[in-house]
Amino acid sequence: MTSLSEILDMGGYAVFVWPAYGIAAVIMIVLAVMSWRALVTERAILEKLEAEHGSRRNQREEVNDG
Amino acid sequence: MLTLHKFANPARFMRLSSALLPWSMGLAIVLIGVGLYLGLVVAPADYQQGESVRIMFVHVPAAWMALFVYTGMAISSATGLIWKHPVADLIAKSSAPIGAAFTFIALATGSLWGQPMWGTWWVWDARLTSVLVLFFLYIGYMALWQAFDDPQRAAKACAILSLVGFVNVPIIKFSVDWWNTLHQPASVVKMGGPAIHPSMLTPLLLMALGFTAFYVAVLIVRTQHEIIARKVRAIRLAQVQS
Repeated sequence: MTSLSEILDMGGYAVFVWPAYGIAAVIMIVLAVMSWRALVTERAILEKLEAEHGSRRNQREEVNDG
Repeated sequence: MLTLHKFANPARFMRLSSALLPWSMGLAIVLIGVGLYLGLVVAPADYQQGESVRIMFVHVPAAWMALFVYTGMAISSATGLIWKHPVADLIAKSSAPIGAAFTFIALATGSLWGQPMWGTWWVWDARLTSVLVLFFLYIGYMALWQAFDDPQRAAKACAILSLVGFVNVPIIKFSVDWWNTLHQPASVVKMGGPAIHPSMLTPLLLMALGFTAFYVAVLIVRTQHEIIARKVRAIRLAQVQS
């Protein structure tokens, strides 16, 4: 195919071809973005917990030292 | 020391997979990009199906991935079940939504291809029905993980489900040979080599490789999420106990 209008028209099959690619693109992008966001959120929770855990341990050690 | 040993394997996974992640995602984008260009612009129209044949470049790789991901899920389930490998269960769990997504894409794009070529969106033939069963297997597997509070019991039950469900994989592959289906038989993976011109085979294989790289990238992200979630759970349990 040479021209943009030819590509968009898909020989009259545009209503079948483009939704097929659209569905695939939306599902794959949504899956990737959701997975990434879940990882970032969970990582933040872990860092917060570890920071709390660390500071509590430090406090306990200070008490023991004193 | 015991805790360190327990996390040794997942820690190694985190390190290696983090290094692999940008490469696999980058590879997926490049391969799918080139595959789309060759498939949608360069490849010729089919002499019978016209331009509608271009649905093949997304439908066939998605259908391959649906089977490939399930096979990977069954192998990691078996590894988790037999060797109690801590990351294997999480890889299996993380694969399920990706496999379900590819199966759904295969079903939806197949439907959009079936309407202009067969005159119907859906037909209960052996290939279509067995792929629908695969989709429900993925959904059932994901639901089963949610049904348990104890992750170890969930992993075991899910591993058994995925291994029992694996019987469906060869049924899907050979359904077009064993039964008289409306769906056409294999034209790429078959005895005597592919019956498809290189101008169509190249974008098809590029898209399939791109989808595989995408699977690896999303699998890494999801498995890392599972490993971190397990650590969070362990810390919270320790907090409650102390």
